[in-house]
Amino acid sequence: MEDKNKNRVPLGQKPHIVEKPKDPSGIGGTITVEINEKKVTVPMGTTILEACRENQIHIPTLCYHDDLCFAGVCRLCVVEVEGMATLAAACAFPITAPIKIKTSSPKVRRARKHVIDLLLSEHYGECYSCIRNNNCELQSLAKEYGVTDYTFGHIEKKRYEIDDSSFSIIRDLDKCVLCKRCVRTCIDLQEVGVLEAIGRGHETHIGTFLDKPLADVICINCGQCINRCPTGALHEKEISNEIWEAIDDPTKHVVIQTAPSPRAAIGEEFGLEPGHSMTFKMNTALKRIGFDAVFDTNFTADLTIIEEGTELLMRLYKALVNKDESVKLPQFTSCSPGWVKYLEHFYPEYVEHLSSAKSPQQMFGALLKTYYAKKLKLDPSKIVSCAVMPCSAKKFECNRPEMNDSGYQDVDYGLTTRELAKMIKEAGIHLPEMPDSHFDNPFGDASGAGLIFGATGGVMEAAIRSVIEFITGDKAEEIFEGMNVMPVRGFDGIKYAEIKIDHVGPVPDLIKHLVPNWDWVKGATLKVAVAHGTANAKKVMDDIRAGGKFSQCHFIEFMACPGGCLGGGGQPIPTNEEIRKKRAQAIYAEDAGLELRKSHENPSIIQTYKEFLTDGPCGHIAHKLLHTHYTVRGKYIA
Amino acid sequence: MLISEKQALTERVGMLVQKYGNSRSALIPILQDIQYNFKYVSDFEQQEVARLLDIHPVEVYSVVSFYSFLSPNIRGKYIVRLCQTISCELSGKEKVAKAIERELGIKFGETTKDKKFTLEYTNCMGMCDQSPAMMINEKVYANLTPEKAVQILKEVK
Repeated sequence: MEDKNKNRVPLGQKPHIVEKPKDPSGIGGTITVEINEKKVTVPMGTTILEACRENQIHIPTLCYHDDLCFAGVCRLCVVEVEGMATLAAACAFPITAPIKIKTSSPKVRRARKHVIDLLLSEHYGECYSCIRNNNCELQSLAKEYGVTDYTFGHIEKKRYEIDDSSFSIIRDLDKCVLCKRCVRTCIDLQEVGVLEAIGRGHETHIGTFLDKPLADVICINCGQCINRCPTGALHEKEISNEIWEAIDDPTKHVVIQTAPSPRAAIGEEFGLEPGHSMTFKMNTALKRIGFDAVFDTNFTADLTIIEEGTELLMRLYKALVNKDESVKLPQFTSCSPGWVKYLEHFYPEYVEHLSSAKSPQQMFGALLKTYYAKKLKLDPSKIVSCAVMPCSAKKFECNRPEMNDSGYQDVDYGLTTRELAKMIKEAGIHLPEMPDSHFDNPFGDASGAGLIFGATGGVMEAAIRSVIEFITGDKAEEIFEGMNVMPVRGFDGIKYAEIKIDHVGPVPDLIKHLVPNWDWVKGATLKVAVAHGTANAKKVMDDIRAGGKFSQCHFIEFMACPGGCLGGGGQPIPTNEEIRKKRAQAIYAEDAGLELRKSHENPSIIQTYKEFLTDGPCGHIAHKLLHTHYTVRGKYIA
Repeated sequence: MLISEKQALTERVGMLVQKYGNSRSALIPILQDIQYNFKYVSDFEQQEVARLLDIHPVEVYSVVSFYSFLSPNIRGKYIVRLCQTISCELSGKEKVAKAIERELGIKFGETTKDKKFTLEYTNCMGMCDQSPAMMINEKVYANLTPEKAVQILKEVK
């Protein structure tokens, strides 16, 4: 597998990460350089940019991104290295000799200004009508370097058609500065490979295979490219206007569900540091905007755990007791629509491994237009169901043709965190000042298990908390300290855990009609794995295909985005590992502070099974509304 | 495309991969081979090359679109490349260009309907001392006049 990796990306383009060594002499020693006449000692091989950052010297960057390998194409980070004829790009210059560097000489400043001016000369459009106004790296750089006029002119005509074919992602190439961050995101970070530089010279543009519209190529809609685009060239398909229209229509009952990740990140759009949970302030803001009811997607996340957990137990029962060889194991999670589409394209022979349970968003959609409509005596055709998601792929998911089990389109609009922040601002609300308010009934309760769906490993942790109690009858908090299943937490690309089941308890009432007893799992070891980012998913899938360690797993959680949903393509920009870690901390801290932390103990869930899904988990009603099927898509682009 | 045609293409690309290897560096030799024999690299072939080299189709397309000697679109049996750089420009390339366009009935960048000729400009080929010059496939013709160019095309036809 390693060799193949080297084959994929030239070694020189591998992400450049200098591990901070405890003893620098261990990796080739240190070296002393002079930066702006100040002596600085750094480990051999550190880039000039890193050396400067560590010493609080600011160097502007554009094509450089913490998550990506360096490209050295924008030339904004140029510095003067004594003895070199030309300026050097700091991001791509490893220090191997005792050089003298000047980061802000007149030559450097002029070069940087010219670079920005040249970028602007080809950058069509005006900032005030741009979606990224006030959050654009090109705009900030222009300000930083005092660009007041267009030295090299400014393009007056549109050169490209806007590609709005996709349900999720819009490409506006007129705003593109060819930094290739999206290319590196798509190819190296996500290994999906939709975008590359097409053409040569002044005709170069970022394009898809045969310059087809995005909807016709293999795009999984994860939106990671949006998160890393420095300008407005990539953005989500905005639907806030439709939602405003629905809100303003008095005949419509507009409801909204909010996923766990947006609340951990939306504060960033209002100037807060990453890591502030805004759950209850957001509820108030949503009600003031005019939504008729605000629900917590964590409720259906709990429902997902019950359905998906039961499905897993049923698969294990069939495989181990009935010796049914057609049962597909390991079972894969199906909450991440980016991952689902990735599997449908790249590993179509494995779609039966996906849990048939819908994602929490779609489960909620189906319940709202059936159970909720019945309960409140509403006409389901008048319900407009919206969902705030950290995700651009959710827009695609709610438009999947099979997602209409309620008789209507289950979820009408998927909204990203960024769009919601914009709507809140448009309504004249400053989110951090809002008072707190709770979610609406009848789905008012949600557990911490549903909440941690937002972080990588969260679905697995939530499932383990419930499944382990189902089987052993012990309390999860007695098995895992503080109920925290640590082996599946953290930002390692692929995580693996084994849980030994040494004793079993009685079968809980909820699934008594499905399994007679637990004797058959006694002594077994439950093997689980977690992967986030489709590049890591690819590694796990290749291992499964080769019959390796992961093919022996029982349950694997996959998330399309690095860090899980909290690093999703609909989350506030910018993103990097530090920001994602802070968001994860916010989610885990909120979970730790909750009373209710297990899906199956959620009273709203118990009530829903009693009142509506009367034939239990994976029963007929549940199957009709809460489960789905997948499409074998394949890799071929027609 | 028929399934049998696709299979034939897959087989052919497979043989090329065997010949040149399946590392990334084999990409250009493979594409050149396909281009040489079939005058263009079809979208199906691009995807097959990508599959066998374990890279993404868009990366193959990126390379094909970068090099002017590789083409993703069907081209003529004879590719006429007229030099547009300064020496040829000064010694009467414009008149030659008009004559060729009239003779073939197509503009630069186009292919004749019978897929026989593709007409395009090229940059300097190092024939400045014998300008204006053009290439038909791999053969260079120099010291062109409108009449001579038409004569050459007639012979090729």
